[in-house]
Amino acid sequence: MARIVVVTSGKGGVGKTTTSAAFGAGLARAGHRTVVVDFDVGLRNLDLIMGCERRVVYDFVNVIHGEANLNQALIRDKRVDNLAILPASQTRDKDALTQEGVEKVLEGLAEEFDYIVCDSPAGIERGAHLAMYYADDALVVTNPEVSSVRDSDRVLGLLSSKTRRAERGEDPVKEHLIVTRYSPSRVGKGEMLSVEDVCEILSINLLGVIPESTAVLNASNAGMPVILDEKSDAGQAYDDTVARFLGEKRDHRFLTDKKGLFSKLFGG
Amino acid sequence: MAIEIKGRMGTFMVLRMLTSDTSEVLRQLDGRLTNAPDLFSGVPLVLAPADGLNVTVETLRDVAEGLKERGLLPVGSMNVSEALASAAGLGLIRNLAAATREKPAPAAAPAGPAQVVTQPVRSGQQIYARGGDLVVTAPVSAGAEIMADGHIHVYNTLRGRALAGVQGATDARIFCMDQRAELLAIAGHYQLSDQIDPALGGISTMAWLEGDSLQIQPAFNPGG
Ligand SMILES: Nc1ncnc2c1ncn2[C@@H]1O[C@H](COP(=O)(O)OP(=O)(O)OP(=O)(O)O)[C@@H](O)[C@H]1O
Ligand SMILES: [Mg+2]
Repeated sequence: MARIVVVTSGKGGVGKTTTSAAFGAGLARAGHRTVVVDFDVGLRNLDLIMGCERRVVYDFVNVIHGEANLNQALIRDKRVDNLAILPASQTRDKDALTQEGVEKVLEGLAEEFDYIVCDSPAGIERGAHLAMYYADDALVVTNPEVSSVRDSDRVLGLLSSKTRRAERGEDPVKEHLIVTRYSPSRVGKGEMLSVEDVCEILSINLLGVIPESTAVLNASNAGMPVILDEKSDAGQAYDDTVARFLGEKRDHRFLTDKKGLFSKLFGG
Repeated sequence: MAIEIKGRMGTFMVLRMLTSDTSEVLRQLDGRLTNAPDLFSGVPLVLAPADGLNVTVETLRDVAEGLKERGLLPVGSMNVSEALASAAGLGLIRNLAAATREKPAPAAAPAGPAQVVTQPVRSGQQIYARGGDLVVTAPVSAGAEIMADGHIHVYNTLRGRALAGVQGATDARIFCMDQRAELLAIAGHYQLSDQIDPALGGISTMAWLEGDSLQIQPAFNPGG
């Protein structure tokens, strides 16, 4: 059975697309057939971050409208086996996605892939709702600041009430917290919330902490998921995050500037 | 016997209209309904335009229609003229205001079944325990709202708004293990976070009413 993983946040610009690309690439690298689906219709940029924007011919909306089949629209990654992306449309408006259309496409993808990673648009409107509706797991991406945490909290409320699992009374969507753009020195100065604070407010399981890193911008300029930059702190943090998702125990390595101190507290 | 007179039965909700802009009234109502779909369902509603508001037959009728379309039960109006009410197809309730002023709503917290919530109550969510107490064992986030006709117990952190005795029960109380509330209210008497003594933040507290004044004190802190 394919697992559907939504990457969501409420607030915009917190690192959903960065996370979707890295997470999808990480799952694929671990041998799982993975597709990353861009739900951000009208503002697509997953294809840019994954470096395949020039190969987009058909998109998600074309498939929904029957103008192309899945195989025509899927773009296979050239660097990582088992990885594909389904791009969003640049030109259509947000209403081009319909619930039935999304369901049909996800069913089609489930036949071929083990993991379907859905990159949600910002906000809590229709696009974000459709991206989370069919999810089995949710990666809630949060920056360590009050407004982002508040929006994530709202999104968690929607995950527990407005998803198919919730509506059918099935096991709830599994919620995982990913804190991104984490800067221990700014936490130290009191300019940012600490991971402990964020975890306490949201009370969900912490899957990963991604440090603020220039490697992210460099990777996205190069059209490469940052997880493939294995020397970078952000790349390693995403690698740990994927490993934990797949059941491995790994310490959190990037909670302090001096490695190892707090990671003991948050070990595993 | 063809009929039976059963006397007073249940309560109804008063929807106070603060504007005569129908679409604005319905839009805000929709907002409330998305968060709390059960808030009004099955409860008779009385439409009460605020004092001095200029409402026409059309306004009243449109709002009543809008309420019915949303599955609500407008049964009457108050604070308008008899002619206006009947032209809008609504009954006029004349002594409700007087009655509520003279004899305030039930002073005793109702003893209906308690509602137990074990999942976090998140920002933007609203939970209303009608006719009884509300017991929450999970955190209540900032931006969330919990309400009960009776008492409220939160065996966890309370960061949102808690309103006990919302139908007027003045003996309702609010208990919580870790008080960081945005607002605490009992029977309409409230304190906002910035009015609450900071010394009461982050500890177990109990809130109750003494007359019109909301009291908040540390509670069940061993040794304290
Ligand atoms: N760990 C990080 N360190 C530094 N910069 C980051 C990090 N994560 C994301 N960014 C930067 O933040 C910006 C927004 O990232 P991204 O596009 O992934 O966010 P998003 O949540 O998908 O945004 P939107 O809501 O617009 O879809 C980008 O410029 C990205 O390079
Ligand atoms: Mg994005």
